[in-house]
Amino acid sequence: MNKYKKIDKNIVIEDRDSKICESIEESIKLSGLKDGMTISFHHAFRGGDKVLNSVMKVIASMGIKDLCIASSSLASVHDEIIEHIKSGVVTQIYTSGLRSKLGEAISNGIMDKPVQVHSHGGRVHLLQSGELNIDVAFLGVPCTDKFGNATGSQGRSKCGSLGYAMSDAHYAKYVIMLSETLVPFPNAPASISQDEVDSIVMVDEVGDPSKIGEGATRMTTNPKELLLARRTARVIENSGLFKNGYSLQTGTGGSSLATTIFLAEKMKKKNIKASFGLGGITGSMVDMLKNNLIEKLMDVQSFDENAAKSLGENPNHIEISANEYANPSSKGATIKQLDVVILSALEIDVDFNVNVITGSKGLLRGASGGHCDTAAEAKLSIIVAPINRGRIPTIRSKVNTIVTPGDSIDVVVTDQGIAVHPRNVELKKSLKRAGLTIVDIKELHKRAMRLCGKPKRIEHTDKVVAQIRYRDGSVIDEVYQLAK
Amino acid sequence: MKFRRSMLFVPGSNTAMVCSAFVYKPDTVMFDLEDSVALSEKDSARVMVHHALQHFTYKDIETAVRVNPLDSIFGHLDLEAVVTAGTDIVRLPKTDTVKDVLDMQDAIEKIELKIGRTKKTKLLAAIESAEGVINAVDIARCSPRLMGIALGAEDFVRDLRTQRTKEGTELTAARSQILLAARAAKIQAFDSVFSDVRDKEGFIKEVNYIKGLGFDGKSLINPNQISVLHNIYAPSEKSIDWAYEVIEAAEHAKKNGLGVVSIDGKMVDAPIIARAEFTLELAKASGLIGVDDE
Amino acid sequence: MINSAHAGTLESSDVYIQINPIEGDKVEIDLSSSVAELYDDMIEELIRDTLKEMNISGVHINVQDKGALDFVIKARLQTAVFRACETKPTWGGTQNEV
Repeated sequence: MNKYKKIDKNIVIEDRDSKICESIEESIKLSGLKDGMTISFHHAFRGGDKVLNSVMKVIASMGIKDLCIASSSLASVHDEIIEHIKSGVVTQIYTSGLRSKLGEAISNGIMDKPVQVHSHGGRVHLLQSGELNIDVAFLGVPCTDKFGNATGSQGRSKCGSLGYAMSDAHYAKYVIMLSETLVPFPNAPASISQDEVDSIVMVDEVGDPSKIGEGATRMTTNPKELLLARRTARVIENSGLFKNGYSLQTGTGGSSLATTIFLAEKMKKKNIKASFGLGGITGSMVDMLKNNLIEKLMDVQSFDENAAKSLGENPNHIEISANEYANPSSKGATIKQLDVVILSALEIDVDFNVNVITGSKGLLRGASGGHCDTAAEAKLSIIVAPINRGRIPTIRSKVNTIVTPGDSIDVVVTDQGIAVHPRNVELKKSLKRAGLTIVDIKELHKRAMRLCGKPKRIEHTDKVVAQIRYRDGSVIDEVYQLAK
Repeated sequence: MKFRRSMLFVPGSNTAMVCSAFVYKPDTVMFDLEDSVALSEKDSARVMVHHALQHFTYKDIETAVRVNPLDSIFGHLDLEAVVTAGTDIVRLPKTDTVKDVLDMQDAIEKIELKIGRTKKTKLLAAIESAEGVINAVDIARCSPRLMGIALGAEDFVRDLRTQRTKEGTELTAARSQILLAARAAKIQAFDSVFSDVRDKEGFIKEVNYIKGLGFDGKSLINPNQISVLHNIYAPSEKSIDWAYEVIEAAEHAKKNGLGVVSIDGKMVDAPIIARAEFTLELAKASGLIGVDDE
Repeated sequence: MINSAHAGTLESSDVYIQINPIEGDKVEIDLSSSVAELYDDMIEELIRDTLKEMNISGVHINVQDKGALDFVIKARLQTAVFRACETKPTWGGTQNEV
């Protein structure tokens, strides 16, 4: 132990603003970013994100190479990464989602190292275990003060919850905050706190909130989506879990939204109030909160403007980090208290395994998201999908890529019948008694094959282009490079 | 008895709908070759419906086809295509007289004979004019193939020189006449379509109204209308409980050799038992009750 | 004897088929399909079988498929042939005479 030495009190007032950098380049220099390091981004703005591309442009111009991009997810707006891969700036990717031209390029083998596809909870597990070691996090936030207290529900472009950014900020060695609105210190309550922020750069735009929901927020009139939604609501109603204090997570998309609305009607009629709604929060969940059908919303990501607004205004609308949401090694992931989750699928196989990452042609074009996290922990995990989309069969003998293992799925609701995992004997009985049509998943598969025909196998090389990481960090499946 | 609460119109020229209508489980899928199909696509719709009728997805659902009138250049071609493909019902448009039905019956019989079809094609006569309404009683009784008569309101109001309203006052006489004619002939009666698919409240009102009048069902133009209609036609929880009680009491009486039983002081006789069985069948068709695992 | 004709649409779940007479008795098929990777062989086989059933050869068939089911492809192809031959189908026992 050292002995106290006399200090000279000499406060430099300018130092109080010292976190603020003039440019992205300046902040990068301060961070000490070097070749071979790992940088991170978050996806609260989803398709409306403006941070990743502008930061990558600066990094490329600075001549830094061989970087690992760890973004909590990637959207079609991020196709510019292809150029950075070609020029050697980016040589490794960790993400939950891959889509569009970037997904196609990776499927065609543009990278040497396979992309690591993680779930939302699995990402925090990788951060915690040390496999994913973020050197510099670039976190776009709608609003901050000069010391780095940031929120997503104020400012010009509100994205709502900063749940994914919160976990990155916590684990990254150096955190650069990019923001468009500067408010006086202290900006409280803050989602990301001053003690986790190293530098701040003010930019013109961090994101376009209108592109977060990407049209998923309107009530559908599509008859098939409505049919699936009605059926899903009836499954939940008759599952034995539909009582006061139950909890619910839904996704985006027409069916999911409509299911929420049908459920709300049933809850009103039966005088049932849910204890919490979890996950990506949509406007229809917010409506349930407003209409007193739900006690609390636990929001890791706000899917539309209404959700973002509500998060800022309603004290029962609570922001949670990715760690609090779904990390399997967290001391308290909210999914461990979840009753019902409604999930989608690109493919489901006769063993109930689910693919949400590769399309029918074998291309990477989806996102792992919270799929395998919630499916494993919720008491009732429901997959909702039609058995065919046009001529593309959804129910397969074997999925192209396993993201969520069948062992964690309870019910598959399709347009041509409901399949219940054989382990749920009682559930199957009670759904049948309620007048729902329960069929063997193998029957659904047969029907899909009769409708569409048996598809050819997708030809691939033996080069692995992506590894699908289960929430515990294990490799559950691999995606191969497509043959030309 | 076959429930025909919902008869979903599917334009023969709308491929996506032809490929998916069965999913919505209306009581009857009614392919249309008439008014919803453009003149230039009459041939392609006919071929499409011919194949759809034989597709496995339409094997466990009742099918009907609205053909063009026999006096049009399409009528006989339509009939040939759909009777050979095994349609359960032919919907005869613009039925004004008994002769219209008999002509159609003859034409169908000829085709059935030619191809050796043994399962007789049923007929549904759509009444769409003042003359048809006046003749409804005779029309309803004129053919054993006739399973029902239906009101076609769009053409009817034109014939009456009025227009359709949400209240439906202009249809009062036609609805009553068609319903009475059908009941007198012991066949089914169907109401016309409700065209404004966005007006859910108006649709609910109209279905409640025609159900109250006694109609067996209604033609629909949008799959989203099916569940709404089925819910309105569904028996109440109370009547399902009552039906279970009746069936149980009747079985108990039979097992113990009792002649007559009563529930709440009311005698349980054959018509009551039939009513109870009907209620349970309807509850099943409405998806309200299911079956326990064997 | 056979004219050019077409049937179908470019809408999703449908198929657009153009038929043109060519010299000789070959059947040439140009197929583009939104589900080619999965079903191109099956679709081509269906087209060849259907034409054989109808005794049609010496044609070039252009197929633009938007994920149509088999029965839709067959219906569209038959319609195109009927239009090209200016004949009407006779269904039933001898339905394949055109």
